[in-house]
Amino acid sequence: MKPLRKFLLLATLALSAPWHCLAAPVDFTRDVQPLLNKHCAECHGGVKQKGGLVLTNRTRALQGGESGDPLMVAGQPEESELYRRLIHQDPDEQMPPKVRLANEEISLLRDWIAGGAQWPEHWAYKSLGPVVPPPVKTMAWPLNEIDRFVLHRLEQQSIAPSPPAAPHILLRRLHLDLVGLPPTLDELRAFESAWQDDPDACLEATIDRLLASPHFGERWGRHWLDQARYADSDGYEKDNPRPNAWVWRDWVIKAINDDMPFDQFTTEQLAGDLFIKASPRQQLATAFHRQTLRNREGGTDQEEDRVKRVIDRVATTARTWLGLTLECAQCHNHPYDPITQRDFYQVYAFFNNTDEGGVKVPLAGGATHEADVMRHNGNRKTYLLRRGDFLQPDKKKGEIMAGGISFLHPLQPAEKPSTRMALARWLTSRDNPLMARVTANTIWLHLFGSGLSRTPVNFGSQGQAPTHPALLDWLAHEFMNGEWSRKELIRKIVSSRTYQQSSRHRPGLTALDPGNHLLHRQNRRRVEAEIIRDLHLSVAGLLAHRIGGPSVFPAIPPDVAGQSFANNFQWKISKGPDRYRRGMYTFFKRTAPAPNLVTFDCPDSNTSVTRRNTSNTPLMALTTLQNEVFHEAARSLARRIQADNTLQSDMERVDQLYRLTLARRPSAAERGIVIKLLSDNRIHYRTHPAAARKLCGEDNAELAAWTATVRIVTNLDEFVTCS
Amino acid sequence: MMSSHEYSLRTRRDFLTTSASGLGGLALAHMLAGEGASAARGITHFAPRAKRCIFIFMAGAPSQIDLFDHKPKLNELSGKTMNPAILEKMRFAFLQKESATLLGTRRKFKQHGQSGMWFSDLLPHLSTCADDLCMIKSLHTTQFNHHPGQLMMQCGEPHFGLPSMGSWVTYGLGSENNNLPGYVVLLAGRGSSGGATLYQSGYLPSTYAGVRLRNGDEPVLNLRSPEGISPEVQRRGLDALRELNGLAHAKVRDPEIESRIAAYELAFRMQTAAPELADLSGESEKTLEAYGVNRSDPSGGGRGKGGSRTWGTFARNCLLARRLAERGVRFVNLIHASWDQHSNLDKELGFNAGMSDQPVAALIADLKERGLLDDTLVVWGGEFGRTPLGENRRGRKPNTGRDHHPNAFTMFMAGGGVKGGLNYGETDDIGWEPARDPVHVNDFHATLLHLFGLDHLKLTYRHGGADKRLTSLTRESKVIHDWFT
Repeated sequence: MKPLRKFLLLATLALSAPWHCLAAPVDFTRDVQPLLNKHCAECHGGVKQKGGLVLTNRTRALQGGESGDPLMVAGQPEESELYRRLIHQDPDEQMPPKVRLANEEISLLRDWIAGGAQWPEHWAYKSLGPVVPPPVKTMAWPLNEIDRFVLHRLEQQSIAPSPPAAPHILLRRLHLDLVGLPPTLDELRAFESAWQDDPDACLEATIDRLLASPHFGERWGRHWLDQARYADSDGYEKDNPRPNAWVWRDWVIKAINDDMPFDQFTTEQLAGDLFIKASPRQQLATAFHRQTLRNREGGTDQEEDRVKRVIDRVATTARTWLGLTLECAQCHNHPYDPITQRDFYQVYAFFNNTDEGGVKVPLAGGATHEADVMRHNGNRKTYLLRRGDFLQPDKKKGEIMAGGISFLHPLQPAEKPSTRMALARWLTSRDNPLMARVTANTIWLHLFGSGLSRTPVNFGSQGQAPTHPALLDWLAHEFMNGEWSRKELIRKIVSSRTYQQSSRHRPGLTALDPGNHLLHRQNRRRVEAEIIRDLHLSVAGLLAHRIGGPSVFPAIPPDVAGQSFANNFQWKISKGPDRYRRGMYTFFKRTAPAPNLVTFDCPDSNTSVTRRNTSNTPLMALTTLQNEVFHEAARSLARRIQADNTLQSDMERVDQLYRLTLARRPSAAERGIVIKLLSDNRIHYRTHPAAARKLCGEDNAELAAWTATVRIVTNLDEFVTCS
Repeated sequence: MMSSHEYSLRTRRDFLTTSASGLGGLALAHMLAGEGASAARGITHFAPRAKRCIFIFMAGAPSQIDLFDHKPKLNELSGKTMNPAILEKMRFAFLQKESATLLGTRRKFKQHGQSGMWFSDLLPHLSTCADDLCMIKSLHTTQFNHHPGQLMMQCGEPHFGLPSMGSWVTYGLGSENNNLPGYVVLLAGRGSSGGATLYQSGYLPSTYAGVRLRNGDEPVLNLRSPEGISPEVQRRGLDALRELNGLAHAKVRDPEIESRIAAYELAFRMQTAAPELADLSGESEKTLEAYGVNRSDPSGGGRGKGGSRTWGTFARNCLLARRLAERGVRFVNLIHASWDQHSNLDKELGFNAGMSDQPVAALIADLKERGLLDDTLVVWGGEFGRTPLGENRRGRKPNTGRDHHPNAFTMFMAGGGVKGGLNYGETDDIGWEPARDPVHVNDFHATLLHLFGLDHLKLTYRHGGADKRLTSLTRESKVIHDWFT
């Protein structure tokens, strides 16, 4: 490129017309980048750089291509090579070749250049600093800073926020979100009376109570287990059991209950074995990366499988802590993000220098248990792998030393050779804006059903920019400055007016904000697979509340266990209270996962998952209506209602049923429907005593009628929904 | 009170619920923008030739050399070593390269039909269908271990967490049956290496996961009401449930509630439709016999540890596949797992070929007779092939079986818009690799979607910030038009 022209280009861009506000505002991230990625990046991205032109980041784009013609001259589309090529009449010169962009796309890019060709730094990579919440008109609405960010946007669109949810809905929402269990009758009564006295104090106390509950660690631990691809077996054809996996699962629950600061939580899991005098529990933490699959199929090349596990560790680390799809750079530079293939192998080198080992971990009560952990091994050299193939190390390019991703903050090795400890320090560094943003977004996701960015594992240029960027930054900064306390961040969010809004849909806003991007209400969310089971068992009074311990084997159909290949394992159905443990303790066999989990979108544990699907199928209906466990729960619940001598009438019993299951009394219409159903069922079972006996195991038409009735209430949409 | 029919017609969501796959709606948000956004749904990009697919997946990898790929030269060279330069590039699961020798087949081959298609003597029934088959002898894959290879075949890449072909087709086109799942899986014998990972929906909503149709009296899991809940009690309960959910919807206006109402209604209809499907009592004696539904396994058995009724179960699955196709179910996946003949090839392959031969031929003939073959695509094949070398694993009797072979293998198709009597592709003299018209597994996928009127580049789903598809994003896969009628 001719130096003068290059200078001119940079100069014009540097002065890029902030005064030039006449054109319609084109937003680079929202409007322009997707076009560049869709139409240009294939040839001018990380994989191919035709004509020397790279469009994955501002700096490289401004360097232009080999021709030396300025790609963009701010304010002057006609002088800009980018625009000239889009509209070129000569098909050989036109870009993209052969397919001309749509007129709207061309005019959008034209307007963008005319408006100054603003190419701001990518939102996710900007450094984090204090953020001042914006001003709002309705001063009385915000309860805390979060609300000011949200209300500010709503006011810009002249939308009023939703009223607060009814108290019982709030109680149930907090329970489901924080501990994944419904409020008991005692908790409900205490809440109601405290609410009468002082609603604010009542909510505060409820939040305190739930954050301190040992079930909090189960609820939020399960979210983390999804990201860690936790399972109780190896995966692949042999799918051998992993009898020690649960020891680490319990570490996660405890760490979250103890509110271990997230930086420490990170460091211990990535490098706990590398502390000086690492304790067994710190070593145990590294089992995060022992959750990878292991292929023991005969004839598998063990080195190939080891390399696969290393690649998985790199990809999972980058997704979980950085929101980057680093695995795309395994074979070539990243097509859309400024990540090089060398970057991939620099991070790879950390995990390549790691072996798998074991440790004896002390458990509560003085016992010890084996656990699978990571161990340092400094003997392996890392090379670029051509096309990611373990048989094709590119030795000509030299040994790759462990390091960070070069476009992010520098990684300073604390010691030589650089180990996973340096990686952990690099991730948890205050100079890293990604870990805080990604984690805050994920926590938000679990409390609203969607993240502020709706691509929680892709904060790169193909991801979706947050709906409230300043709010995300504020949360991330709070998180970092609040000593990385997960509980405090959650407390802040659930204490906001935004979180506490009603989730009722507002027909007037379906056109304006159909996806609730503006947070004009809370989102209704079906609870997860494990929680559905927990809810049924809990209201039935069957749930065993024990926390942790070896995974359990609730009944599954024999042919489900038989669908996996190797007969190396027996699904021995647990006895006693272990049949009624929370869903998260069900033994997870990767090639034959329990149907009661998988049917409700429980991930298959083969890859890291941050956001679960929530589909809605007849198989789910069949499960909660007819599956043995759910039916047993219905019978117990019926007995519970029927045996309660304090209840004087059907009306009182139905009210009690509603309070147990939905934390509220039924409306008159609802009560009428349920009582009618109950009476019809009563007539049926009085006239069909054999059916009654089959249904509830005794000659008790009354119990049968209640069983057939409560199973309908526990199949209500509201029962499995965090409203 | 609205009838269930009115409910199912009411909203766009319900349109999706009932037509997307017969299995409930996916969250509307998924369809609009961003994560989960789909490029095309319910729209075909080309005129479709096939409406439904029966994919008979012979996991473990059948030996093409002993069934389809006739190589007289290999028989001549049997016992000889191979060019070491070729072997050097090659990876095997168990085979010891230094001492490996070529292994000819002991099968007798003959040509059948007008096209002169080759079949070994293990396939006396299938060979009568020669003029309906499109035989592809030049497939190749990138994987040589079972589970990765099976994922590659079923899901397009050797990775976990991906939707299978059946999920993609159901996702793209929905189902024509409102009372049954759109994607049904039938297993015979022992489980496959991939287990449930071969038909889960990956990053697609679980609506598009394969639903296992089980043997025995409960064809779909949890289909049977608890004892003591009569259909009358069930119906009354569901009416109350619908009313109560309806009241909630009137207040809350969340379309997800309508979707749930529809899912419960579908569940109720499935309670009738699925047992009716599985009930073969209406089938004629002639049909049952043609498929071999009542066959017992021959004495001696095969590798199948999944009970001694593998032949009968597989035959029944083939007949059920026809019944599913008749009912408009979009994708039927028959899986049988035990084709991994590293040793004892003659006996074990004989057992498996005998299991498959008669029922598959009967299925093709039956579909044809009922006028269903034209738009029902039948596919038969495994995850890779078997080597022309004899297996010589240490500690075992040498040369009684064959190791895995990703370079070249054979699959066949019938109906659904593919040419009958077509011999496509050719391997070299010893069947080592394609000599003409190689077909990458992803090319097969692209072509299969094309038969359904779907462009593999356009049937996408946004996941992790990328528009994912069945075929690899980093390889240019081609549609093979030569296969089309």
